[in-house]
Amino acid sequence: MSWLSDFIRPKLQAVVRRPAVPDLWTKCPGCDRMMFHKELEAQLQVCSACGHHLQMPVSARLKLLFDDGSYELMELPEVEEDPLRFRDRKRYSERLRLARADSDAADAIAVATGRIGARPCVTAVLDFGFMGGSMGMAVGEGLVRAAEFSKKHKQPLIAVTASGGARMQEGILSLMQLPRTVAAIEDAREAGCPYIVILTHPTTGGVTASFAMLGDVALAEPGALIGFAGPRVIESTVGETLPENFQRAEKVCELGMVDVVVPRSELKPTLVRVLAHLTNGPLPSPEDTGESSTAVAVIA
Amino acid sequence: MQHFLDFEGPIAELEGKIRELRHLSGESDLNIVEEVARLQSKTQLLLQQTYAKLTPWQLTQVARHPDRPHTLDYVGALIEDFQPLAGDRCFGEDHAMVGGLGRFRSRSVVVLGHEKGRETAERVRRNFGMARPEGYRKAVRLMRLADRFQLPIVSFVDTAGAYPGVGAEQRGQAEAIAQAIRTCLSVGTPIVSVIIGEGGSGGAVAIASADRVLMLENSVYSVISPEGCASILWRTNDQADAAAEALRLTAADMKNLGVADTVIPEPVGGAHRNPDPVLKSVGRHLETALTALEGKDPHTLVAARRKKYIDFRRI
Repeated sequence: MSWLSDFIRPKLQAVVRRPAVPDLWTKCPGCDRMMFHKELEAQLQVCSACGHHLQMPVSARLKLLFDDGSYELMELPEVEEDPLRFRDRKRYSERLRLARADSDAADAIAVATGRIGARPCVTAVLDFGFMGGSMGMAVGEGLVRAAEFSKKHKQPLIAVTASGGARMQEGILSLMQLPRTVAAIEDAREAGCPYIVILTHPTTGGVTASFAMLGDVALAEPGALIGFAGPRVIESTVGETLPENFQRAEKVCELGMVDVVVPRSELKPTLVRVLAHLTNGPLPSPEDTGESSTAVAVIA
Repeated sequence: MQHFLDFEGPIAELEGKIRELRHLSGESDLNIVEEVARLQSKTQLLLQQTYAKLTPWQLTQVARHPDRPHTLDYVGALIEDFQPLAGDRCFGEDHAMVGGLGRFRSRSVVVLGHEKGRETAERVRRNFGMARPEGYRKAVRLMRLADRFQLPIVSFVDTAGAYPGVGAEQRGQAEAIAQAIRTCLSVGTPIVSVIIGEGGSGGAVAIASADRVLMLENSVYSVISPEGCASILWRTNDQADAAAEALRLTAADMKNLGVADTVIPEPVGGAHRNPDPVLKSVGRHLETALTALEGKDPHTLVAARRKKYIDFRRI
């Protein structure tokens, strides 16, 4: 035993380790009701009292979308890490390390393949829990890989967004992900692949200003904040007071920016319907797609 | 009234002295030629020394200098028979985004650019160069026009960013920018962008997703303003200099990172002190860039442009 193992290692582990007991209770941000984690899970992270849609973990989202909750994660290639050697009050490399220790994920995106409504699809999901879902080179690479897969296999491409925008710590390299993701998605769209975007809370900044607002069809979750500049930026720089429900999905839909606001319980059947129509294919019966799963039954 | 930046204090002082001397010499018989020459060479040396080691934050201020040549200055100097075109055909005309048809060195082109304006009233009318959705939709319209008639596109980038206002949001600012990027990446005609001052985030890349990106030596390009970055990551507004440093936003950085193809040098003391050679030099670089892209078929151009971005810094 030495100071290394007695002192330094426990300290490091304390930083890295996640709490052994996850929070069992969650307060609904909409109505302050306390909800037990099992109840929340069963209800797809939607408050049963007020209908508030809480953020959904990436794995739960993929389970919800893919038939029988079954999908395969795509292994994403590594990207340059912290090429700017960015440092604010903390090093970016340190922020990345902490975010990874917190989440098991390498960055703020997961790409999965599988069947949705019996139709092979590729889905990219942004993870707001990982540095606010911010888009740097890794998220850009994930989108590009998903779009390339879609184009190659002629499969629909689905993007589920939740992001504060571009990742500041990657500076201009994150801004370059705007044209980068748009280029990849355009290639897939021109190859005839449907591109569906599901906008969840919140989707702002460089993500809305690129691939998130370019879906052939755009679905949004109730209450999701969708916009370019965040509300605080608008208030502070322009000094304008914000109207009621400003940038909320329902309002954004009324203003013509998305096609439909869909409650989470209806998300999968809506997606399946849209994909069936766009491909002029059959509408599978609910049994074929695992639609009668318990989660949906509970909500209904 | 000449506008001096904070760090130009000693230079301003010297230039003030020179003016004073000249003023005096008009009234008396004093021979001040020698003294003026001495002060002038001193000023030149000081300018050289100051501008040789500008910090990224000081560079940002030079890039924003109100006397710096703006888009319409380049249009005036380089584009003949310019015909401005207005409107997005949906909502309005955005004076922060100028555009039109013109002739550049014997070929017709479509010109686009952010315009900040110079006098106060003009700056207000142009919303300080911060375009609203109408501006980006007008850009989309003009790029499609260029595509239809196979005219090269030249864009001048000079904006703090897209306007973050309530109305802009309600009319789909994000979608307008995304469509502009998509259009940049879909037109079968050459696009060359010149970042002449501030390249502010999405509002800049909306018209700068181009075949070639040229940058003036004292221009900047960034995902967020140093002030904005400081207020979010440092949680204070007075760390803009540290943020500017960390963001790596200078023209030299852009060249190193592969974002810009060419850095166009500026005279000592910046383009605002001596615009003419800069206007001419931008013309030469534009000519070179356009000539290299001309004659390629539309599909090849689009494929190469998309590939350039898709493969950007891919391992």
